[in-house]
Amino acid sequence: MVYEQILIQTVNGLVSGMILALVASGLTLIFGIMDVVNFAHGELFMLGAYVGTTTLVATGSFWAALLVASVLIGLLGAALQITTLRPLLGRDPLTTILATFGISLVLQNYALWQYGPVARKIQEPFTGHFRLFHLDYPYYRIVIAVLSAAIIGGLWLFMKYGTYGIWIRATTQDRVMASAMGIPVPLVHTGVFAIGAAMAAASGVLFGPLVGVNHAMGLDLILRAFIVVVVGGMGNLGGSVLAAIFISLAESFASIWVSPAQAVIVSFVVLILTLLVRPTGLFVPTPK
Amino acid sequence: MLSLTDVHAHYGKSHVLHGVSIDVAAGEVVGLLGRNGVGKSTTLKSIMGLVPPSSGKILFEGRDLAGLPPHRLARLGIAYVPEDRRIFRLLTVLENLRTGLDRHGVTEARREALLEKVYRHFPVLRERRAQHGGTLSGGEQQMLAIARAMMLEPKIILLDEPTEGLMPRMVSQIREIIQVLHGDGVAILLVEQNVPLTLEVSNRVYIMEKGTVRHQAAAAALRVNDAVIHQYLGV
Amino acid sequence: MTDTARSPRAHAEMTDTARYWLGLVAVVALLGIAPLVLPEFWRRFLTEILIWGLLAMSSDILIGYTGMVSFGHSAFFGLGMYGTAAALLTVSPPNLWLGMVYGLAAAGVVAAFVAFFATRLRDIYFSITTLVFSQIFYVVIFTWTEVTGGENGLTFRQPAFWIPGVVEARFTPVTLHWFVLAVVTVSYVVLRRITQSPFGMVLQSIRENEPRTRAIGYAVERYKIVAVMLSGIFAGLAGVLYAIQNKFAAPDFVFFLVSGEVVIFNVMGGMGTLVGPVAGAAVFFLLRELFSRYFTQYYLIPVGIIFTFMVIFMPQGLLGFARRRLR
Repeated sequence: MVYEQILIQTVNGLVSGMILALVASGLTLIFGIMDVVNFAHGELFMLGAYVGTTTLVATGSFWAALLVASVLIGLLGAALQITTLRPLLGRDPLTTILATFGISLVLQNYALWQYGPVARKIQEPFTGHFRLFHLDYPYYRIVIAVLSAAIIGGLWLFMKYGTYGIWIRATTQDRVMASAMGIPVPLVHTGVFAIGAAMAAASGVLFGPLVGVNHAMGLDLILRAFIVVVVGGMGNLGGSVLAAIFISLAESFASIWVSPAQAVIVSFVVLILTLLVRPTGLFVPTPK
Repeated sequence: MLSLTDVHAHYGKSHVLHGVSIDVAAGEVVGLLGRNGVGKSTTLKSIMGLVPPSSGKILFEGRDLAGLPPHRLARLGIAYVPEDRRIFRLLTVLENLRTGLDRHGVTEARREALLEKVYRHFPVLRERRAQHGGTLSGGEQQMLAIARAMMLEPKIILLDEPTEGLMPRMVSQIREIIQVLHGDGVAILLVEQNVPLTLEVSNRVYIMEKGTVRHQAAAAALRVNDAVIHQYLGV
Repeated sequence: MTDTARSPRAHAEMTDTARYWLGLVAVVALLGIAPLVLPEFWRRFLTEILIWGLLAMSSDILIGYTGMVSFGHSAFFGLGMYGTAAALLTVSPPNLWLGMVYGLAAAGVVAAFVAFFATRLRDIYFSITTLVFSQIFYVVIFTWTEVTGGENGLTFRQPAFWIPGVVEARFTPVTLHWFVLAVVTVSYVVLRRITQSPFGMVLQSIRENEPRTRAIGYAVERYKIVAVMLSGIFAGLAGVLYAIQNKFAAPDFVFFLVSGEVVIFNVMGGMGTLVGPVAGAAVFFLLRELFSRYFTQYYLIPVGIIFTFMVIFMPQGLLGFARRRLR
């Protein structure tokens, strides 16, 4: 019995881990390239889910919802970065935390205002289960995990090959020299922020069918995402993916014995341990 | 082509450049000599927009550079090779070169040609093209830094102490590449501690002291009579 | 002539200090008289502003003076509240001073925890950790229903004002306000003393340039620990006052958003001024009242926009802005 539970929770953990990874990778990318801790990332996730619900109602297509949400929120991200974060470049990192916090408040309450306090539902694009021991496990969950992995994989490929990938990596390593090489750094910053925002929005749409879509869904997530980013090593893409999976698995296992609300403490403990033992990140190779 | 007129610059509250005036004509190799800390590197940095001038004018091909970010300057044709090389350690050699190579309006053929040219002059870069920049030796990184700048096909290269810490064999390679660039019509503003090398490759030389230019002469004249150099550099 | 006449500078200094104290007394007097003339709603409002102001002041010690952004003040505040609740519910008859002691002790324990991490983490990592701490306490309080009342929190009776042998009287809204005013004023004076002292100077030096401060020879870690403890205890005191005034403790106050609001007070009022954050709290609540008329519960949209705007364009806060104008 317990063996079965563990296996089911493993699958659950992997699924939510991939979604968390999708959100966290955007966050860590943004931090790595412009030293910005984007407090508003959870709200971008939330707004993505909402735009998803609206598009779904309008078009009836889940995939259209995914696309539209990503693009729209990506654009929103770009707009936010240009108006509020560009002026802050070079200032105290404290100020960017505060500014993104202010933005998160505005976005959260805007969503509350526009959409109301009642949670909405996104319909799964397809139903259908397969047998996992005595339970029917929905196909959809597996598909989310695969999609998330695909998006992250796509990002990784984009970063590794292609001119823009080089621009992003160069700017992340040495902003000044990247500029001296003719790379339009301000544009790269905006682009990365937009990509991060789009990824968060996609996460929101993918995650939507699993939970209700409401204005506070970003709060819970942002906390987890921060933890993942710190545990994985700030700015480290691979690290945050591993950390996301690790933490999600740990939480899933914990929820076998305690309530989900309490299982969250597991991630807190992991964070604290990381900060005590290896603050640069558990999954970061020791710098040579 | 490039002219600085009475440029002052500050690092925070520290007044580092006290009115620097320098000219570099198209295709010229100009040396900038002086003891440590007189502001030679800062002069290059202020041209490149890394330490914006607090007063004075910098003109490039008649255009005022004030307020332009470094990436615009690179596009205008000014390339910068800093003192500590600052290659992208986590990018491969080829990717480092591509940061300058991947530009608008450069055909595939032209890119191949540029790469070939650089590989010909620095064969070690061809060998190590798939290796990460951080694994290269100091001298190899210097080659890479210069090669990277060449990818921009610049009109002028700001070279900051390229021979610092290099073995004599590599110093010759630097000398060679400067001469090749000069032959191609690329202007060079060379900051150096290596006086003989500077005198050998430059057309003209400026000598700086305490944040300003004290003396200017044709390199040829200085090769014959280097008393002035001893006076300012105490060498 | 010179030994009998005071030098003009010393004379001016005296007037400055005298002016300051005069100003303080005037403000306190004003705040003291206010509840006598204000309608009930605004009376409560004023008392609450004072309490939040105290919380904001405590946060300023860390943010404004030491340069450590803490999102964990809701934990100190909340635990001060719950500590008081614990005393008032478990010990009969409910004792004001015991409540205070429990509350401050609870906040102190949390502060010690946070202090431990403060010394090992810089900047962002510290901020995120404090945020996590708030949430840990939130989750624990929220789910440990048997002890903390869970979602619904705890309610209790308001203790009487008691000085053994001198007076025992129930609080009226007005006398409670005076009690809060007294506590907050004393806290302010104490904190001001501390920030103006050599200790306070070192804190500011840490904010400006930590490596240099360490290089000069100061044990930065120790200063940070003291700063966190100080900040935490005064924040806990605010929690105690809140519990006494409102007679309940709820997990909502431990949620990290409350810390966020406190940070808003700091930024809007002016970091590093002690008085600024109090003004910031006042402005925030006034704005909330104002905007609630038009935006109902969505007042945070315009307030959030104003806050973000201020972070970018007016980082010195209202007080800093006013100061510049006056010059």
